[in-house]
Amino acid sequence: MEPLTSKKKILIQKPLNFAERMYLPALGKGLAITISHFFKKEATIRYPEVQREMSINWRGMHSLKRDENGKERCTACGLCALSCPAEAITMIAAERKPEEKDLYREEKYAAVYEINMLRCIFCGLCEEACPKEAIYLDGPIVPSDYLRKDFIYGKDKLVEEPLVKK
Amino acid sequence: MDISFVIEKFVLVAIIFGISLVIAMYSTYAERKVAAFLQDRLGPDRAGPFGILQPLADGLKMFMKEEIIPTHANKWLFMVGPGLAMLTACIGTAVIPWGSPITTAAGRIIPLQVTDINVGVLYIFGVVSLSVYGVMIGGWASNNKYSLLSAIRAASQNISYEVAMGLSIIALLLVTNTMSLKEIVEMQHGWHWNVLYQPLGFLLFIICAFAETNRAPFDLPECETELIGGYHTEYSSMKLGFYLFAEYINMFVSSAVMATLYFGGYNYPGMDWVLTQVGPVIAPLIGTAVLFAKIFAFIFFFMWVRWTIPRFRYDQLMHLGWKVLIPIAIANVIVTGIVIAIVEKF
Ligand code: SF4
Ligand code: SF4
Repeated sequence: MEPLTSKKKILIQKPLNFAERMYLPALGKGLAITISHFFKKEATIRYPEVQREMSINWRGMHSLKRDENGKERCTACGLCALSCPAEAITMIAAERKPEEKDLYREEKYAAVYEINMLRCIFCGLCEEACPKEAIYLDGPIVPSDYLRKDFIYGKDKLVEEPLVKK
Repeated sequence: MDISFVIEKFVLVAIIFGISLVIAMYSTYAERKVAAFLQDRLGPDRAGPFGILQPLADGLKMFMKEEIIPTHANKWLFMVGPGLAMLTACIGTAVIPWGSPITTAAGRIIPLQVTDINVGVLYIFGVVSLSVYGVMIGGWASNNKYSLLSAIRAASQNISYEVAMGLSIIALLLVTNTMSLKEIVEMQHGWHWNVLYQPLGFLLFIICAFAETNRAPFDLPECETELIGGYHTEYSSMKLGFYLFAEYINMFVSSAVMATLYFGGYNYPGMDWVLTQVGPVIAPLIGTAVLFAKIFAFIFFFMWVRWTIPRFRYDQLMHLGWKVLIPIAIANVIVTGIVIAIVEKF
């Protein structure tokens, strides 16, 4: 049959010559390869101490942001929870009292805000949906734990550290 | 027999025993480190600085593990197996000369060898062949088909390679004319190492040494991919630890034997000059350090090969042993004999 392409290549398996059958030259070659790796820099990153540099669009643990006065930005509108494909976010809204004025930016705020990190797929849709720029996935890798309940992160873990007053 | 002789020997035995245990312990660590470095990794580095406490942690783990003796195992033999493996691994060090005799200021000569028997080479050879009994008994007593297969493999492999090993030693004995390890070492004074006279014999010997110690590429008795764990599949806790330990001690002993028989033992070029410089007490210790450097080099080679060469297939193993190594070894004996006869004639 006429070959359909010109890429056909006929492979001929030659019988091994004497040096090849001796096995030792090939052995030496192999040993040389492995010893050359002995002196190469290892690829390991000592994880907890040294961290790999993440790309700029890396999505890690969520953080709930504060504004420039240190007030929580989230207004518990629920858009993040609505947009979440994994249904990982739940929240309970509350009304701000007059004396809490410098704690929350809007009149309505999230009294409870929980993300189930086992459900979350780190898609970043919550970040995109938020009208108040209140949530960003700019944290580190979510650490491992033993119990499922410990993966439900509340506000204590999610909200940014308060601003330090100078 | 005076009492100082007994004390001297007792101390020497204790030291050698301690050293071989420590070396075996740290061989496990070195093995993992070498493997890691050859594969561009780091290896264990969490326990202590650079992970040097890793062997202790491993030992502790072994002790803490539950001891399981299978119901259908032969209990007595099951317990004898690891002990025998350990025993045969340790007694090989008795005839190896660890250094030239130390002459103390009081004129006492302390030989750095536990005993110099005139058939030292045969003794080593016997001990090495005994080492397969630990494996065989353990494999048989486990009452497990994989263990049994592994024991059969170990036995046939050791028998096959002992022949070639014996023949390569015969060629060496033709050169040295003695079986005492001490005399063999003293003959290699300076740089007259036997490897220069018996390069082929050395090559055969080292290949057989790999096979006798069940190290890769001849680790068929314990190949995980075929036989789960081989003869120690059913073992747990410190009995397993003994088997693994015995393997490393075997490696240490065969490295020591190779260094002694072929690489001049404690001899090194320029040793006479060193002797005049530092005196008769320090010089033998330097020789001992040189011997240990050689041993470590061999142990490193063992590991280097393990992480380079894939395991042989069983038929390839037998082919190599019977059809390649033995004819070459016989040819080596004949050629050596002829050359020696010619040299002596003229
Ligand atoms: S990152 Fe995606 S999955 Fe995770 S909480 Fe936000 S929207 Fe839900
Ligand atoms: S984080 Fe943003 S989207 Fe989610 S409830 Fe708060 S304000 Fe609304």
